[in-house]
Formats: sequence, structure tokens, C-alpha cells
Amino acid sequence: MDRKPAPRDLFPGALEMMILQSLRLKPMHGYALVKHIQQASDDLLRIEEGSLYPALQRMLREGWLSSEEGVSAKGRPTRIYRLTKTGLRRLEQERSSFEQMTAGITRVLAAART
Amino acid sequence: MTQRKPHQSFSGLLSSLFARRRRYDDLAVSIEEHIAEKVEELVDDGMPRAQAEQAARRAFGNVTLLQERSREQWQWPRIESILADLRLIFRRLRKAPGFATTVLLTLAIGLGANTVVFSVINRVLLRPLPYPDSSRLVSLWLNAPGAGGLANFSSGLQLSPSMYFTFLRHNHTLQSLGIWSPGDASITGVAQPEEVHGIGVSDGVLQSLQVPPVAGRWFTRADQDPRGAKTVILSYGYWQRRFGGDRSVIGRVLQVDSEPRTIVGVMPRNFRIADSPFEILLPLALDPINEKLAGFGFNGIARLRPGVSIAQADADIARLIPVWMDSWTNGPGTNPHYYTVWRIAPSFHSLKQQVIGNVGSVLWIVMATVGLVLLIACANIANLLLVRADSRQQELSIRAALGAGRARIARELLLESVVLGLLGGLLSLAVAWGGLRLLVAFGPADLPRISEISLDPRSLAFTFLLAALSGLLFGAIPAWRYARSRLSLILGSSARTASASRAHHRSRNILVIAQTAMALVLLIGALLMIRTFAALRNVDPGFSDPAHIQTFGVWIPEQLIPNPLLVARTQSNIANQFAAIPGVQAVGFAAAVPMDNDDPDWDEIQVEGKIYPANEPPLRLYNYVSPGFFHAMGTRFVAGRDFTWSDLYGVHPYVIVSEGFARDAWGSAAAAIDKRIRKYSHSPWQQVIGVVEDVHVHGVDEVAPPIVYWPAMYYDRFASPPVLDGLRAVTFAVRSSQAGSAAFIGRLQQALWSVNGNLPLDQVRTMQDLYDQSMGRTSFTLVMLAIAGFMALALSIIGIYGVMAYTVSQRSREIGIRLALGAPRSALRWIFVRSALVLTGIGGLIGLAAAALLTESMRTLLFGITPLDPVTWATVPVVLAAAAVLASYLPARRAAAVDPAEVLRAE
Repeated sequence: MDRKPAPRDLFPGALEMMILQSLRLKPMHGYALVKHIQQASDDLLRIEEGSLYPALQRMLREGWLSSEEGVSAKGRPTRIYRLTKTGLRRLEQERSSFEQMTAGITRVLAAART
Repeated sequence: MTQRKPHQSFSGLLSSLFARRRRYDDLAVSIEEHIAEKVEELVDDGMPRAQAEQAARRAFGNVTLLQERSREQWQWPRIESILADLRLIFRRLRKAPGFATTVLLTLAIGLGANTVVFSVINRVLLRPLPYPDSSRLVSLWLNAPGAGGLANFSSGLQLSPSMYFTFLRHNHTLQSLGIWSPGDASITGVAQPEEVHGIGVSDGVLQSLQVPPVAGRWFTRADQDPRGAKTVILSYGYWQRRFGGDRSVIGRVLQVDSEPRTIVGVMPRNFRIADSPFEILLPLALDPINEKLAGFGFNGIARLRPGVSIAQADADIARLIPVWMDSWTNGPGTNPHYYTVWRIAPSFHSLKQQVIGNVGSVLWIVMATVGLVLLIACANIANLLLVRADSRQQELSIRAALGAGRARIARELLLESVVLGLLGGLLSLAVAWGGLRLLVAFGPADLPRISEISLDPRSLAFTFLLAALSGLLFGAIPAWRYARSRLSLILGSSARTASASRAHHRSRNILVIAQTAMALVLLIGALLMIRTFAALRNVDPGFSDPAHIQTFGVWIPEQLIPNPLLVARTQSNIANQFAAIPGVQAVGFAAAVPMDNDDPDWDEIQVEGKIYPANEPPLRLYNYVSPGFFHAMGTRFVAGRDFTWSDLYGVHPYVIVSEGFARDAWGSAAAAIDKRIRKYSHSPWQQVIGVVEDVHVHGVDEVAPPIVYWPAMYYDRFASPPVLDGLRAVTFAVRSSQAGSAAFIGRLQQALWSVNGNLPLDQVRTMQDLYDQSMGRTSFTLVMLAIAGFMALALSIIGIYGVMAYTVSQRSREIGIRLALGAPRSALRWIFVRSALVLTGIGGLIGLAAAALLTESMRTLLFGITPLDPVTWATVPVVLAAAAVLASYLPARRAAAVDPAEVLRAE
């Protein structure tokens, strides 16, 4: 088990939303997903493998993703994850509710400052 | 990729299992590749490969756990982890065959006994009668408290045909009603004359029961015309046996009581009238012209109109009792309103209640009994499980240390016991199946609906529910203990620290106390029944050596010998033929023999010189006896003499009375001789020539009623003076040491045929059979309670022994120290025996309190003793204490035999 102090928890659904958004750009395998999210967030976010794979399985089960055999950038066999139509719809829903939420939180925080 | 849904079908399940297998592979591939890339990344950053691999794997954490958690997305995680537990449980049970066998056998027997009794209760008490809409069927039960004096009135007054006609015509609450009466009939005109069970039914009986025939039709009103065509309906069994189930039998002619009758129908398998089996049904064909007020010999049955309650029907019929007295008579010069003093009132029962009778209380007591035995068995199993859980302490501690949740361990322990329970339940079905066969074969003959008893879905559901509950019950104690105990305590304790197991001992001790308390209740119940049985055996039934009295009925139908004088001659010829058989000591016959559930007749009796209130003398039971009958029965003469054949042929006005009658009427038996009695004010006086001892005609548990014995060939019912007239249906009593053997019965049959080849023997039994049958309910309860009590005692001894033996093994170190310090061995033995006695004592006190409450429900089953019988209540605690001493002495002796040096060295 990871003994390092746990990084600040993401709110529920954040990991899934980021995975969906990343896969919307292009299909990827697990390692590439971790790297992509790390780079896209300028190293602010590191995805734990311990949460990534259960999340991927959950999203596969929900039908938001599909998986297919493929090879990694280094030529090793792996599974490539791809966004489905359901996944896309899901992403859009999540995004709009997320944006509303952040807008709300931002306003509350702004109000508190004055 | 399709969306995953809960599996809806078996093929869906299969394909999803395959898909799942592929998912797992995908996952493993993904993770493996991920780790490989991470390692490369770290190596590229300049880390040595070995360290990089370690770091990458560490970043992943527990890969197995991760995979497991990822897989759980595809599983029903709870079910699958339970399945995994189950595999483990079965493996463990296979490795402990002794433990598994003990538990499973105990359970199989305990649960099997419960299933048997429940099946009986289910069939007999719970299930509706096998008639359509049977809740609307009622038995027309009449109370007549004013008739008094007759034992058979305690079970209600039967209907007379005139009542039937009155009720039929004027009631507003019954959809249909009829009366019926069982009676045997002889079938002749075939190879051998045969006596069969018949039931005479009026119109309305089949129409009330509503069960359609399998062939032909019911009786119609035309069949009930006394001058119409003669018809008969067959039972399914008789149809199969006699006619091989031939459908063309409808319309054929059967000689019933020497009268040709056309077969019009066949009733379906297991069809009975109330609970009475039959081979043939005959129309009663009553003729209102011949009917009088009296003739209370019929059972009434009716179907209520929809929405009518039994109380409404009662009120409706109560209104008709005066109408009945106004419309009929007992003949010229009689008072039709005489029956007002009987205070006849309808008290209808549901037909089911009528069929079940009072057997319900017995069955519930037996159910409670076997339930208690099961509880005691569960206590023993819980004890075994506690010991087993102790021996698994190490394993459980390690698992707890590795992160297994307490709830998870408790769940597994509980699951194990439920699995044991269900396996026990499965095995118990075999026990129950055998038990039911035994019960049907040897159970009390008067157990109603016994033919319907079988293992049905409801019994199976009951068994498995009970099995699961038992599993939860005996598993709850160890599971609860382990879920509660703290990890450090489990890890820290070992065999060395005696104090840690203090809590365990408390659980065990409570189990032993509960066990002894329940065992005491059962033992008291069993001993009460044994005392009752002994008290019944001590009652002099009024006949002697019943195993050597052969009884059987012989009926001479009017069509065979019309002349009554000839009937009498034939009967005395038959008696002579029987007497000539070698080994026969005495022969006689009577209208009825004791305990055959048949009261031949009863009516008023006036004693000469007595004044009766309202001029209404009390009713007395009658019997009609031949010379030699009392001798054959072994009924003693207290005073006077028996009838002689010349008394009978001379139609002398002689009569014999029972001792109770004599004492009641004249103060003593001796004073009765030559006194006179008569039936009605216009009948001639009859002289008492003999007094016989009282006979318990209704069973030894009922009081012996006063009886008037008329000569067997005497008839004066409505004619005066009396004329010689044979009873057409008589029961013979033949005393011989060969009674009951087939050869002897064969010789009797031959002797009977040498007089008339058309006469069959009927209802062939020994008096012992009748005597046993009258004790059937008591002996059944006795056997059940005795078995339960014995099992309870044995289980308690095992329980006490187990706890003591375990305590000794746990405390061997302490014992060694005590011995080394010089404690005498006898004192050590006493420590253990004393603690067993303390536990038994506490359990016994609780048991005594419970028994005082519970045995009250047995009151109606007891005879000659009260539920607080001092002998029983003094004996049982002593027996239990002796058992406790016995059970604890063996481990105590082992404790005292400990070699201190060896024990201390071993530590």
C-alpha cells in the first residue's frame, strides 16, 4: 500500500471526467492516460494507478468506453481505451454540471473576499 | 462493447462469464504494460533497473488487490466472496470429518424429528380438508346437557332422521345438509363372502362435500326413495381391488347384504366422508313415515350458504328444535316435548375441527418437545463450534492482523454454521422420510387424516428454514464472541493465559445451564406420561387377560335369515361351534364389546320404588349379552348369576346390572339381587339376577358408566310384552390362548361357515388390540416424550462432559501447580464435579420454573396425577444431578490423574 501521505482527494467524478476528456482527444492506453493528464495539468495532477484501473473498469461497464487490443508507443501489447457515443454524451453532461458548480463556487468565494 | 446489465438468463450468465474472463486478461495486460513503461521511464531518469521495478510496483501498490478491485466492477462482489468463503468452508469441513459428522448427525436427527412432527401438524391441523371451499363445511353438532349421565353425550348428541327432515325443510342458512352413519355390509354372490366398511348417506352429504366422482354419478334424490331402485357407490380403493379399475363397472349389480344393488358411481382416491374411510356408500333411503323423534344415531354434515357464519346457522337451527318436537312423535302416549329437559342446542363445528378432535393439543406438545430437543442439540453444537473457533484462534488472529475485517470474520464463522445447518437439513430429510413411514405405520390409529401425511413443499420449506435458523443460532455465539473480542486480546492470549478464556467459559456455562434447564422440562414431561401410563395400566378395565380374547363381528342380514327366532337359533349354533374348537375356553356374544367405540343403546331406566324429579328417570347405557359372554371376557360376577340359554328362550324377564348401577340404585351389589327395574312406565318389570363388576367401556381413562345388560335375544323397544328377537349384528368374544393367530382365525371362519356359508367374520381383533387402541394417544405421547427426554438427557450429559473436559485441558497447568503444592487428588476431583453440579443446579432451577408453567398444558393428557405430581418433581432433579456427576466425574478423574512434573515441563 502507498504509505506516502495521500494527495488531496479529487471530488467524485473528477477522475472520470478527465479520463473521458483525454480519450475524446484520442484513444489511449493506461500509461499514456496517466502521462497525458499529468502533462495537461502541468504536473499539478498525478493519477494514482490504484484508482485509474478500477475507474476504467467501471467506465467500461457503464459503456462509456470501449477497449481494444493494441500496442503501446514502445511496441508492447496493451489495451487501447476509446470513448463511445454514450461516453461522449456523459462527458458533456459532466462538463456542464461541473462548469456550473465551479462558477457557483467561484462566486461564493468572491463574495466572501469582499 | 455493449453495456453490462444484470444477467437475465442462463445463457446471458454464461456469455457474461466468458466476457468477464476476457476482461480479466485485458486488465492484466494493461497493468503489465503500464508497469513496464513506468520502469522504462524511471530507468531513463537514471535509476538502476532493479530499483526502478521495485518503485514502479510500489507506485501501483498491491497489484493483486488492484486487480481484485478492478474486477469487482464486473462481479456481484458480495456473492462471489461468499462463494470463495464457501469453498474454504467445505475444504475445512472435509479436513475435520469427526467434527462434521458429529454436527451433521446431531442436526439430521434433531431437524428430522422436527420435520416429521411439523409434517403431521401441517397435514392434520393446518391444511384445509380436501374438499372444495371446505371452510363452509360444518358438522351438525348438538349439545344436550340435560340428557346427562351418558358418556357419549360428552361428545355431543347425534342427529335423528326426523331432525334431518325438519332442518332440511325449514332452515335458511344451509346450502345443503345430510346425515350419514357408518356401518358394515357384507358383499356376497362372489367367491367368498366379504365384510366391507360401508357408509349410509342421505341426500345432501355428497352434495355438501362437492367432490365429483371419478366415474358415474352421485346419489340423486331418486336413489333415496325407499321404494325406488337400489344403488351403491364404490370407493376408489374397492373399485381397484375388486374390479381392477374397470370403467364398465357402472351399471353392474353388486349383492350388498344379500340385496342386488346397481353400481352408479365411483368416488376418487382418498375421498372420505369427514375422516371415515369406506369401501361402499349406500343411500340411507329414509322413509319419513317410519321416523320418530328418537333415533339419535347419525352424523350431520352441511355446507353453509355463502356469507353465513356458524353462529347464524346455530341460531337458525336452535329455532327449529321446538318445530321438530311439534312435528314428530315417539308413538302414541308419549310426550313429544319430553326432550325439552335435554336442552338440545346446536353447537356446530367446522368440519375440520370435528375431524381433528382433541389431537391438536397432543401434537403441539410433541412439536414443542422436539423443538426443545433441537435447541439442546444446538447448544451442544455451539459448544463444539466454540472449541473449534478456539483452536482456530491463531489463524483468525493472523487474518485479522492482515486486515480482514471483524465483520468479515464473523460473517465467515456464521456462514460456516449456516452451511452446517443446511447440510444437516438436507440429511434430515432422509431421517424425516423414514420417521414419517414409521409414524404412519406405528402412530396412534386414531390420529385423524393420517393417510394424508407426507413430505410436501411446506414441510421442506419448514425444514430448511429451521435448518438455517439453527445454523444462525448455534453460529451466532462464536461469531458474536469473535466479532466482539479485541484484536490484541486474541493475539496476546495463548493457552498459557487462563484469564483470557474466562469469557469463553461464560458462554459455555450459559449453554450448559440452558441445556440442563430444557432437559429437565422434557424429563418432567416424559416422567409425567410414564406415571400416567402406569396409572392407566393399574385401572382394572373390567375384563381380564385381553390378549386371549378374540373378538369379531357376525352380522346376519334380514335377506339371509328373515325369521328373528331363526337368527337367535343360528347365533347359539355358531357359539356352540366355536366352543367345540379345541383350546377354546369360553364363548359369548354381545351387541358390543368394551372399548370398540360403539354404545349399542341407551334409554331411561326406572328402579322400582324410586321417585324421580319431574318423573324423568336418568338415562342408562345398555348392552345385550349372551350367556357366557362375561365368562369369556373375564368380567367377574359380584353377586347373583349369569343368564342361561333357557332364560333366553323362555323370554324370562331377567336382567343383569353393573356394580355401579347396583350401588347407585340400592346401595350395594348384594342388595340388587331380585330387585326390579323397567324402561318405561308401561313396560313390564325386569328382575335383577346378577351384578357384574364395572367395565371401562369407553377406555380406562374414562369413568366406568353404570350399565344395564339385557339378554341378547330380547326386544321390547316399543312392543310390550317383550318378544324373543335376535340382534342381527353381534360381536363374539372367544377366549383361547391361541387368540390372534391366523390359524385360529381360520378355524373360527370354518366353524362359522359350517353353520352358514354366507357369513363373513368382520372386525377381527383381540381385546388387547382394543385396549391398546384406547391407550393409543397416551402411549404415542409417552413414546414421543420418552424418546425426547432420553435424547435431551444424553445430549446434556455430552454437553456437561464436553465443557468439563475442555476446562480440565485448559487448566491442566493450574492443576499441576496445585498438585505440586500438595492438594489432595480428591479435592481436585471435587472442584470439577462441584462446578458441574452448580451449573446443573442453576439450570435445574430455571427448568423447574419453566416446567411448572409448561406442564400445565399437559393436564388433559394426564390420568390419575396432576401436572405437579410430587414423585415426578422429586425424581427428575435427582436423575439430572446424577447425570451431572457422571458427566463431570470422568474429566475430573483425568484432572486428578495429571502428573504435575509432566505438565510443568511441557509448559
